[in-house]
Amino acid sequence: MSTFAADSVGLVTPQRHSFSEPLQLACGKALAPYELVYETYGQLNAAADNAVLICHALSGHHHAAGYHSAEERKPGWWDACIGPGKAIDTNRFYVVSLNNLGGCHGSTGPSSISPDTGKAYGASFPVLTVEDWVHSQARLADVLGVQQWAAVVGGSLGGMQALQWAISYPERIRHCVAIATAPKLSAQNIAFNEVARQAITTDPDFHHGDYAAFGVIPKRGLMLARMVGHITYLSDDSMGSKFGRELRSEQLNYDLTSVEFEVESYLRYQGQEFSGRFDANTYLLMTKALDYFDPAAAHGGDLAKTLAGIQAQTLVMSFTTDWRFSPARSYELVNALLAAKKQVSYLEIEAAQGHDAFLLPIPRYIEALSGYMNRIEVAS
Amino acid sequence: MSLRADLEIIQQWIKPGSHVLDLGCGEGELLRHLRDHKQVQGYGLEIDPEKISTCIRHGVNVLEQNLDKELNNFEDNSFDTVVMTQSLQAMHYPDRVLEDMLRIGHEGILTFPNFAHWRCRWYLGTKGRMPVSEFMPYTWYNTPNIHFCTFKDFEQLCRERNIKVLDRLVVDQTHQRSWLSGLWPNLLGEVAIYRVSR
Repeated sequence: MSTFAADSVGLVTPQRHSFSEPLQLACGKALAPYELVYETYGQLNAAADNAVLICHALSGHHHAAGYHSAEERKPGWWDACIGPGKAIDTNRFYVVSLNNLGGCHGSTGPSSISPDTGKAYGASFPVLTVEDWVHSQARLADVLGVQQWAAVVGGSLGGMQALQWAISYPERIRHCVAIATAPKLSAQNIAFNEVARQAITTDPDFHHGDYAAFGVIPKRGLMLARMVGHITYLSDDSMGSKFGRELRSEQLNYDLTSVEFEVESYLRYQGQEFSGRFDANTYLLMTKALDYFDPAAAHGGDLAKTLAGIQAQTLVMSFTTDWRFSPARSYELVNALLAAKKQVSYLEIEAAQGHDAFLLPIPRYIEALSGYMNRIEVAS
Repeated sequence: MSLRADLEIIQQWIKPGSHVLDLGCGEGELLRHLRDHKQVQGYGLEIDPEKISTCIRHGVNVLEQNLDKELNNFEDNSFDTVVMTQSLQAMHYPDRVLEDMLRIGHEGILTFPNFAHWRCRWYLGTKGRMPVSEFMPYTWYNTPNIHFCTFKDFEQLCRERNIKVLDRLVVDQTHQRSWLSGLWPNLLGEVAIYRVSR
């Protein structure tokens, strides 16, 4: 008997594929063998023209929708948008969601065992770029029999991958949906990432990235990294309305270390929870991939020129209170697409939740995504 | 789907295969028609969320952008035609928008209501109050139409700014032409459709 809602994809089982052919990386190294873990929802149609790739953000993974077991407390991270009748309708689309290379949720990453040493890669795991990910995703598409994606969809770092797909494989993607993202990070954005990295790498338990050999994890550093990151994902308004200046006890303690304000407690909890489930090296790697992303750099900084070859139609969406990836950054992308005379639509969604809004079921956002996805033509 | 009467007239002025920007595109009717019948690649600017959603559902390229803010993100001469229907009178700076239209596009097509139409004159003349009608249903304090003008005013502005009026079609509020409004447009025409260029 099903215990899941009618619009849930229900029970899902992660799959994995092992690739033996080396993947040439931007850093100059090659990675082989490697594994990608992924989930699929819906059925690939006979014409194989209904596949949608979901690209995850910094801390995301392959489990985007449904449940791994009837006991699982929370569904996949984008369950609000993926399922039968939902914005990304699994009755129409064959949805693929993977854990990116370098991740810590099953795909080959820094915490995987290196075949050369028999130990965790740790610090020796190569630095990856968004472009590397897209190449690895293209190989997964080949394995799944997907010659061309109906759409590649992603938010934040995921939006960068969607954009890179349109640039790297113009003939393999019909629609690019780039949400709360940017064509490159600003100095401020890189600065936040650097604070996060410093928090991790200066943790005494970091051991230059080879903490696994010492049987420890740089929990403190990872917690701090997440805390600072988390602040940038929320808006001043949403933090204000959620916590204000609420105190945990009746009055101030007049001491320097206790948790007094609710917001402190919340951040500590978020940081602690995250540091228990995420790998520090993966966090470093993901932030580097964000920092390095700048497809226009290869064209002298001319983004319109960079986008000249793309064939995909693009939907760009931003959120009014997102200051980590502000609407202005999305508009840079929109303007370049306009200058390149590409098909593009842009929405600036009124939302109080800051960058986090892209993961939340905000009615106007969901309606627009749904409207866009539903008119993508696929063979029946 | 039959096209709104003014849009039907406008679409005849747009060349097949051209590049069109529609300022205040509403639900994207014109752009859809141009795409489906004239192989036109177009974009619409709109700020109403409902209308934007409708554009998205119909596959019309729509950008959420306020016309009253700058249109600097559009490059000079990047479009063949820039269209603006029934919005000129709602702009904070109609003259700037007009200039921008002809900076961005080779040609501009505009429609706006004529405040010198006899009914407006009659209303103002007899009642001494700002005209309110079925066609212009707002009262003075809540109207989005903050810069009403007459055909004469508009043409005066065009002369001052060295803007050429290539075509002018004067119609009534159902966008029908009549010989009367052709004879005495500033008094008898309710809506004008202008095609302008530098």
